[in-house]
Amino acid sequence: MNNDLNPALFYFLAAVMLLSALAIVYCRNLVYSALFMVVCFLSIAGLYAMISADFLAAVQIMVYAGTIVILIVLCIMITRRTTMERTNMPEKKYILRASVLAGLLFFLLAYIFVNSEVLPTTNNIIALSGDTVSGLADLLLGHYMLAFEIAAVLLLAAMIGAVVLAKGADEK
Amino acid sequence: MSYFAKIFILLIAATIFPIMAMIVPLIIQPRQPNKEKNSQYECGVDTVGRNIIRYRISYFLYAIIFVVFDVETIFLFPWAVKFNDLGLFALVEMFIFAGILAIGLAYAWKKGALTWK
Repeated sequence: MNNDLNPALFYFLAAVMLLSALAIVYCRNLVYSALFMVVCFLSIAGLYAMISADFLAAVQIMVYAGTIVILIVLCIMITRRTTMERTNMPEKKYILRASVLAGLLFFLLAYIFVNSEVLPTTNNIIALSGDTVSGLADLLLGHYMLAFEIAAVLLLAAMIGAVVLAKGADEK
Repeated sequence: MSYFAKIFILLIAATIFPIMAMIVPLIIQPRQPNKEKNSQYECGVDTVGRNIIRYRISYFLYAIIFVVFDVETIFLFPWAVKFNDLGLFALVEMFIFAGILAIGLAYAWKKGALTWK
């Protein structure tokens, strides 16, 4: 396990993440935005890997980069549009609201990070490192088993909801 | 060398390989373009009508079922890693978990979401 946070690698991943996040917002073509989302999710997975959260990194790649983006691309495919140009135009009227919300979120996160004691310093990374998956299995199937089963119910609800909505649209 | 450094080297190699596979032909290819060669589907059937159309919602159903079972795999993985230590109780838990999701799959099947019309 890699316990030292390599600053060069960190800044590289953070820069890739921020640039691809900007590209998601500023690309005029929705499909390009969706593909930049893959880059963004992969660099987030890299950051997770850097703090030895190997399982989380694998989940980030499998579920977010692999599945959520596919779902978004499919959603683009099933909506009606004549051309893919200019499908992700900035909404001028929401800029003020969005910037106020983003500012609030920034200060909230800054407050949490400044006051938090669980920041990934080198010390607690060593405490975390080792086999994260088996520790997770113990917690998930032991202490948090109710939450685990509720997660299954949540997934079931999502599946049934999608079937109901899609069948309704199909029969029209 | 750490565990992730090996993965990182693999990633770099996997990135360089396709880039090289694009650069080398650029250098050594003979260039004799014609109209047929430059068409998008040189070996295929010409498209009829617009290629940006609405797709059937059935694709979305497959996608959402794929997402659900992808997330299930994520939950299965830690259980599978610690299978020997966790014992019977965790096995029962996992059967309940998979059973709840199987209800969803059975529902989708019953409603005909998996059949292609």
